[in-house]
Amino acid sequence: MSTRRTLATARRVLLQLRHDPRTIALMVVVPCVLLTLLCWVYDASPRTFDTVGASLLGIFPLITMFLVTSIATLRERTSGTLERLLSMPLGKGDLLAGYALAFGAVAVVQAALATGLAVLALGLDVTGSAWLLLLVALADAFLGTALGLFVSAFAASEFQAVQFMPAVLLPQILLCGLLMPRDRMQPVLEAVSNVLPMSYAVDGMQQVLTHTGVTGDFVRDLAVVAGSAALALALGAATLRRRTA
Amino acid sequence: MMNKAEEPREPGPGSAVHASGLTVVRGGRTVLDALQFTVPRGEITGLLGPSGCGKSTLMRAVVGTQAAVTGTLDVLGLPAGHRDLRPRIGYVTQAASVYLDLTVRQNLAYFAAVLGGDAPGHVERAIADVDLTSHATALAGNLSGGQLNRVSLAVALLGTPELLVLDEPTVGLDPVLRRDLWELFHRLAAERGATLLVSSHVMDEAERCHRLLLMREGRILAQGAPDALRARTGAPTVEDAFLRLVDEAAGKFPHQAEENVR
Repeated sequence: MSTRRTLATARRVLLQLRHDPRTIALMVVVPCVLLTLLCWVYDASPRTFDTVGASLLGIFPLITMFLVTSIATLRERTSGTLERLLSMPLGKGDLLAGYALAFGAVAVVQAALATGLAVLALGLDVTGSAWLLLLVALADAFLGTALGLFVSAFAASEFQAVQFMPAVLLPQILLCGLLMPRDRMQPVLEAVSNVLPMSYAVDGMQQVLTHTGVTGDFVRDLAVVAGSAALALALGAATLRRRTA
Repeated sequence: MMNKAEEPREPGPGSAVHASGLTVVRGGRTVLDALQFTVPRGEITGLLGPSGCGKSTLMRAVVGTQAAVTGTLDVLGLPAGHRDLRPRIGYVTQAASVYLDLTVRQNLAYFAAVLGGDAPGHVERAIADVDLTSHATALAGNLSGGQLNRVSLAVALLGTPELLVLDEPTVGLDPVLRRDLWELFHRLAAERGATLLVSSHVMDEAERCHRLLLMREGRILAQGAPDALRARTGAPTVEDAFLRLVDEAAGKFPHQAEENVR
């Protein structure tokens, strides 16, 4: 690993994004618009908006980063730039960390705007600190990046890469407790939801929503999300082969 | 009967690449079949043969990106794919491997940072080498196919590599650009002491190489200087020499080559 190469890679990814202002706008604006829409939907029951809104603050960065990373890495694989980079003195860790850093920076902007809007303008009522919401959102973005990177190895085209979103993320969204508290689901489903990382992403948000300080459960949630991301990143690194058939 | 034009040289300080029994089997098909060849240092070696004969696979093996390589393959004194070789080899694939959503200069600046050669003039020199100075701030995605291939070539020139492996670098270029690129290749060999391994399926480019490897169906038909190959087969051009070697290898017209020698 080399800091210079990691930073050069992060800078390059951000430069690529800068040439694509529409993608930046979509990444940053869409979550804000959806949150506002949701706020109006639950106009009659602000308490429900608190619960659902906080959960979505954790889910948005995960979905966005998953999509952006899986497409970006797939492009890197199909354009031959990955093969070129791996024939150069670039560590796999440099490449992965560069991507994580660049998209992490975008995630900070996205999460800060969405959280700020929800708490300050839309009246999302959190018991804990809004900074903790931001922290969980960042961990979720990291998880999305790592998962996107991993699944891109199994996609041969951008069509397939996009289809991995409903395949990998939709089941987690259904089971993460957003639609129904997890302990009230069918026991088998609850057991399944216990091993899906998004459940912990959403639970972390709920902890901040209902507790003043940092709880033990909150620390566990954050650790599970970060650990899952690290695992997916390690599996993703294993799919980057210097020698291919 | 094969490799008669010149016996493969012994490995040593004079050879940049030395292969012996080099075999690649992919999906049950033998793509490269027990190849034996050398690429001398400081010269341009042309790798010629029809499409699909294994040229790209051979180049990928030399660069170290090809899986399932067996036999001996030494590159610049180290086994192919050794990590110390990565900064010493420049590799250009057939498809331009650059970022379309970056400018020419941004592309080169990034790859220069990855290579780590912190010579500030290298990026501008590489852009000038491929004659793209006037397009340095253009988005790569807006360039023509030929220009894009030259950006890809410029990336390989960064860091002054000892060995340049170029897969069909002149395909689709107009005659003037092709001539300019070949002049650049000769300059790189003469002035910077670089070794070049250049593939082509256009036989008339053979005359511009110091040395040739003629390939067909995963085997090397012959290797040597263009003059030596023509003299050996009695053919007026390398293309004719290639055809006679193919016929010879197939056992057809065994005497024709000799008859044609006057």
